Amino acid sequence: MASAITSVRHSPLAFIVVLAAIFGALPPLVSTYELSLANEVLIFALLVMSIDVLAGYAGRVSLGHGAIFGISTYVVIYWTTIMGGSPWVGCFLGILAATFAAGVFALLAARVGGVYFLLLTLALGMIVWGVCLRWTSVTGGENGIRGSGRPDIIADPTVFYYVTLAVVLALTVIIWRFVHSPFGLTLRGIRDSESRMRSLGYGAATHIFLAFTITGLFAGVAGALYALFNDFVSPSTVQLAQSVEGLLMAIIGGIGTLFGSFIGAAAIILLENFVSQYTERWQMILGLTFIGAMIFAPEGILGALRKLFARSSSRQTKS
Amino acid sequence: MDRRTFLKHSGLALAATATSAFPMPHIARAQAGKAIRIGLMAPLSGVVAAGGKEIVEGFNMYWEEKGNQIAGRPVEVVVEDDAGNPDTALQKARRLVEQENVDFLFGNLLANTGLAVANYVRGNGVPYFIPVIAADDLTQRQRVKNVIRVAGYTASQMPRPLADWALKQGYKRIATISQDYTFGHEQCAGFSQVFTEGGGTIVGQLWNPLNTADFSPYIGQLGSMNIDAIFTMELGADASRFMKQYSDFGLKGQIPLLGAQNFTDQSVIRTSGPECEGIVSSAHFAEGSDNPETQKFVKAYSEKYGKLPSLYGFSHYSGALWVGQVIEGLKGDISNRDKFLDAVLNSELTNSPLGRPVRFDDYGNPIYDVYIRKVVKNAEGKYWNVPIETYPSVSQFWTYDPKEYLAKPPFSRDNQGIKKT
Repeated sequence: MASAITSVRHSPLAFIVVLAAIFGALPPLVSTYELSLANEVLIFALLVMSIDVLAGYAGRVSLGHGAIFGISTYVVIYWTTIMGGSPWVGCFLGILAATFAAGVFALLAARVGGVYFLLLTLALGMIVWGVCLRWTSVTGGENGIRGSGRPDIIADPTVFYYVTLAVVLALTVIIWRFVHSPFGLTLRGIRDSESRMRSLGYGAATHIFLAFTITGLFAGVAGALYALFNDFVSPSTVQLAQSVEGLLMAIIGGIGTLFGSFIGAAAIILLENFVSQYTERWQMILGLTFIGAMIFAPEGILGALRKLFARSSSRQTKS
Repeated sequence: MDRRTFLKHSGLALAATATSAFPMPHIARAQAGKAIRIGLMAPLSGVVAAGGKEIVEGFNMYWEEKGNQIAGRPVEVVVEDDAGNPDTALQKARRLVEQENVDFLFGNLLANTGLAVANYVRGNGVPYFIPVIAADDLTQRQRVKNVIRVAGYTASQMPRPLADWALKQGYKRIATISQDYTFGHEQCAGFSQVFTEGGGTIVGQLWNPLNTADFSPYIGQLGSMNIDAIFTMELGADASRFMKQYSDFGLKGQIPLLGAQNFTDQSVIRTSGPECEGIVSSAHFAEGSDNPETQKFVKAYSEKYGKLPSLYGFSHYSGALWVGQVIEGLKGDISNRDKFLDAVLNSELTNSPLGRPVRFDDYGNPIYDVYIRKVVKNAEGKYWNVPIETYPSVSQFWTYDPKEYLAKPPFSRDNQGIKKT
């Protein structure tokens, strides 16, 4: 684990360049449908990173980030469709609302850890879902709200894809910087031994509160992008399955690796959409993949790759 | 937290949603060549999967009868699972249109999935036919030109004749109980509006959440309201549970039960006992009608799938038939979308299982003769819906002027169209 962290510390730019090269080269090569999948992978990778900051670096597994993500989506669509406002202002308000909601969640959940944190965030997420489902006059209830289309400048799928790519990569750098800052190191300290950090004079609850709120901002950006991407929102966007899917992606990619988020999001979205075309039993394949990943690569795909590289390089230095 | 504790915690969460979170599509392909490609979406997993399966059955039944050919062109139906989830439905619609290059889309069951797909096709003009998406505004205030309700209906359209019938039975005081979501709000509003405008009183309106496990608190309230009848809009397992508990609590035989069409649909009463007998509902289709065309369809469907057809199967069979007839009229040339859509809107459904022609109103919603139906046991000992009265030419606007009607706000839980006295 330690070697994995050091290896990233030296080369975030290499990863960014690789990601930019892979995702940036896609549009001329794939169909518009496949591009929409890649777009979704990027949006979800951002959501997964926001979950990963908490789960991987602060040791707090949140099941509320899907709801925070969805709040932003709701606000953007509501602002543009019902209020007739500008989508840019809508995105700003959406991100603000998500950050605020994350702050409220964090106030309630910052003091607990482990399974209590998980259950508390789960419950808060369920409240958001319940409100979206039942407050029909505002949220449209079960039917949701239909959007009014993307602004002309980003209406073209390829242009929007590049905008998403730019936003996500920029935030990736920011998040990377965030978790490798002294603040991020404190979070890791809290993850490894909360009592020791407390006795050293660090306020664990304050740190978790701040970390949670800031990850809410990242999830909010992802939610706003999702609103522009899907142009539609309904309670299924804030439901528990959304949070769980995000967590699954984080685990498959590798908890605490950050860049694994892209791999996890891509793996699950591609599995969902491609394997399902060939077999009705694709859920079984997905299940077996998870079991396989847990047995052979419990650190996720990226974690396993790093271990492999570390092993081979140490063998080289020995010989 | 170390990795093991992390896995323990997350494993708990994953186990809870492991299977329900993801959809399960599969593809049915017919011949290759210059074929007409149709994208059919239905919920084949999730809570409404049973209805989704019947959508596929009814739809395929028509094309199989035709030998998977129409107007000399082979027909390929690509089936996708929307999982009853609007986000998934959108993704599948994108795949069908952008990857599978389908000529038009069909299907979906839940209103939210239909609305999501409607919003997507609004942008690209792909024709989209919705035989069971009943959301009022799709043919009212938020019409999308290329979304057409072939062989479908609006939610508030069907319960209105039932309200009129109830007034004729001399019912003065009625309470309603409905599922608390848009489809429930709209159906209940159609009933409440006509009933109160005809001089009746809606004594109370109860709203139960979807998947209500125990109806006893609601039934207790209904029992003490001093009412002449109850109008109820439930579907799926909720409908079965409500009927059963209503009967168990001894209200059956004391307070008559009136239901929205889905309440006594075959998808519900297929597995019901005597508790469903005698319930009155209203719909454009009654599998127990003695119309020879209807019986021919019911017999063919039962022989093929081993069960009486539900509204889902019937609607998609009729929808396929309707569009199929238009394609034959155009001699298989549907390359001009506007021409195709206009041809559909101006067409009439003939030779359908309803045994009488059906046409659209000016807003793209079919006008039906609506049956008041009663659940009785047939010769084979199975329960089915038999017409006891017919309301001819019922449109989505009932007796109102469409323009005035559309100027009013759409129905919701708070706006039930109840006339103030």
